[in-house]
Amino acid sequence: MKKILIAMLMAVAPAAFASGGAKLDPVMIDLGDQASLQNGARIFVNYCLSCHSASYMRYNRMGHDLGISDELVKENLLFAADKVGDLMKAVMPKEDARDWFGTAPPDLSVTARSRGADWIYTYMRSFYREDKSPSGWNNTVFPHVAMPHVLYEWQGHQRAVLRTEKETHRVEEDGKSVEKTVERQVFDRFELENPGSMSPQDYDKAMRDLTNFMVYLGEPARLQRFTVGIYVLIFLAVFLVVAYLLKKEYWKDVH
Amino acid sequence: MQKLLTWVDERFPLIKVWDEHLAKYYAPKNFNFWYYFGSLALLVLVMQIVTGIFLTMHYKPDTQLAFASVEYIMRDVDWGWLIRYMHSTGSSMFFIVVYLHMLRAMLYGSYRGPRELLWLIGMVIFVALMAEAFMGYLLPWGNMSYWGAQVIISLFDAIPGIGPVLAEWIRGDFVVSDATLNRFFAFHVIAIPLVLVILVFVHLVALHKVGSNNPDGIEIKKKKGADGIPLDGIPFHPYYTVKDIVGVTVFLMVFAAIMFFAPELGGWFLEHDNFVPANILQTPPEIVPLWYFTPYYSILRANVWNFLWVDAKIWGVLFMALSLVVFFLLPWLDRSPVKSIRYRGWMYKTALAIFIVAFLILGWLGTQPAAGLNLIVAQICTLLYFAFFALMPIYTKYDKTKPEPERVS
Amino acid sequence: MSNDVVDRSKRRFLTAVTSGVGAVGVVFAATPFVLSMMPSARAKAAGAPVEADISKLEVGQLLTVEWRGKPVWILRRSPDMLKALPNLDKQLADPASKVVDQQPTYAQNPTRSVKPELLVVVGICTHLGCSPVKKLEPGSDAILGHDWPGGFFCPCHGSKFDLAGRVYKNVPAPTNLVVPPYSYLSDTRILIGVDQKGAA
Repeated sequence: MKKILIAMLMAVAPAAFASGGAKLDPVMIDLGDQASLQNGARIFVNYCLSCHSASYMRYNRMGHDLGISDELVKENLLFAADKVGDLMKAVMPKEDARDWFGTAPPDLSVTARSRGADWIYTYMRSFYREDKSPSGWNNTVFPHVAMPHVLYEWQGHQRAVLRTEKETHRVEEDGKSVEKTVERQVFDRFELENPGSMSPQDYDKAMRDLTNFMVYLGEPARLQRFTVGIYVLIFLAVFLVVAYLLKKEYWKDVH
Repeated sequence: MQKLLTWVDERFPLIKVWDEHLAKYYAPKNFNFWYYFGSLALLVLVMQIVTGIFLTMHYKPDTQLAFASVEYIMRDVDWGWLIRYMHSTGSSMFFIVVYLHMLRAMLYGSYRGPRELLWLIGMVIFVALMAEAFMGYLLPWGNMSYWGAQVIISLFDAIPGIGPVLAEWIRGDFVVSDATLNRFFAFHVIAIPLVLVILVFVHLVALHKVGSNNPDGIEIKKKKGADGIPLDGIPFHPYYTVKDIVGVTVFLMVFAAIMFFAPELGGWFLEHDNFVPANILQTPPEIVPLWYFTPYYSILRANVWNFLWVDAKIWGVLFMALSLVVFFLLPWLDRSPVKSIRYRGWMYKTALAIFIVAFLILGWLGTQPAAGLNLIVAQICTLLYFAFFALMPIYTKYDKTKPEPERVS
Repeated sequence: MSNDVVDRSKRRFLTAVTSGVGAVGVVFAATPFVLSMMPSARAKAAGAPVEADISKLEVGQLLTVEWRGKPVWILRRSPDMLKALPNLDKQLADPASKVVDQQPTYAQNPTRSVKPELLVVVGICTHLGCSPVKKLEPGSDAILGHDWPGGFFCPCHGSKFDLAGRVYKNVPAPTNLVVPPYSYLSDTRILIGVDQKGAA
């Protein structure tokens, strides 16, 4: 019953994640998959952290949660800081980034909580070439985004294929209602122009790992809270039995 | 032990207080499900105060630090995430419990004489709680916190004459800023909680003076035994203490299920847009208050017409204020000879059902863009909301009621 | 109320069980609150071991580094200073460093250090937490008298310490200055906050 209620509440969530109109591809999140989280962490630290910070997160906390020892963190992941207890700050100073991209790259600590996992997963797979834009790239999920496609070497070059859609509107013209047909170019699908170093399947898998990691990054407590929650509920259930027996015993007087 | 008790009792009316409010406070024996929510509200108040104190140890009321300090609590402080989720889940649960507590009063006529003052004190608590929640929502300094506060404070701008100055006085600046955050923090952590605790105490004193109502809506004090004890009364302790422990446990299980498995509750308890730090240059696509304010937010937005030389915006504010004021008038609007819905006729039952549905629809619409069909539905529901109160003297008077029983069932 | 006989012992038992389980619940619920007041990850990161480079530290010089918000002194003592240490034993409260908590076992020796010439101590007076001033040079001093052999002097309440951080008799400070855990990463680098490998 409770599950149904929660499901219903979810279905009518007031502020569904905004997607800019693009359809989002669902992604499987599994924080129990440590290999995926570790791979995601490696991608994040090697690529994202050059420009973006995750400035609420500490390296050693991440290492501890993901089963990576402090020594390994120090050797393999610590490019932008010198102590394992440091916060994950971007290599690039914010001012430089603002000069280069026209906007400071946002902090990514809680992006998975504001945008949602599906958004990140789809966004990372939706860059396509557009010569007109300053970075040479555009994105269907985040149109005119300032960020270039950092992982194009992996994914290769995508081209957006448009299709023509006809829309019929009724318009008032000289007091008469007339049907008018408007043609619109809408996004249809991506076409891989130049393949990258990864197959599309491998790239999707890598982006799934990255998304998985960012969901962890958004809320490290997620690794704990389900377990703690189950113990708490079991305890309360036991207490409920005892409390109910006590109530029943006393209420014999009344009934 | 007995000696110590005597020593204390000679200096403080300990046993007297215990007897008067627990062991010899006679409550009707027919309390049902709806009578849990009073003690649950008290429980949540205590939980909010305790978790609030511990959050205050780590939170920083400074626009440069506030957002980061919340994430610091979520990550760096041992068990900080649990304390923060208890507080955020608690705020929504507080309103659920209080709304149900109020609905109970409407079902069984608990606001009717001799409990008018009890109802009024309760309504003041409700308004204080709204202020408390509103100010607390600014503190994480997310983008929704910021813009929500901006929009609501701007309502005061609408007041003719002093409006603009008043809005600036509330903010302490020309926009919501560090000054606003700092004073909201002061109000949220001490001023209003203090008022709430005092009011709740007064609410309980008033309740124990007049005695609890019950699902039959009849006064148990009218039928007393030879010992002066109401025939249908049972001592609150132990009977209702042991019963409330059961209710509290069930409530805590629901609470824990939400807090541990879905603390955001799909955006209802924690909004996605509030995980973006406040940005003065970027309004979220849709400014949505948390769910407990959305019925009133809908009423605020429902009126789009200027009439009687007054601006639509000001009417909106007035209607929203009025939607709370009418609740205060309830004891005097109800003319029915009976209190409980059990003995009322079809008219009141229908009116209350329509009111509840209108209230829920308004709540839902408050989360949606106000345009087109949504707006029309919101206007109809606003009308129904006020009609429930405005027509109450008429339909309660002409409603066919059933005779009340002599004793509680 | 019905007239059934009330089973008092059953009630007492159930009340006790409910109270007991409830009390356990309260203890569990209180635990996270108590633990939330322990040093956070930020405090722990700030209190992490600190590295000090002593390659440029000359004889008789003192280097101060911050560790867990406290000043840590690293002093390179001259052979003369070391030679003078045992002569003071009679004037000191704890010349043999017998109070265990004041230093790791590897510094429980006449020089109170791993390498005799290098003294590493926390520069906080063991009386009430002031930071003593350095009076390293031996000689005549207005406050400390004409035969001051060199050491540290706390201006707050007049406690005196020698060049091994050992406290004098008849001063307010009860114990020697604290030697923090430290280890040598190499001949020129000290890590403060981490015990010497192989030492307990």
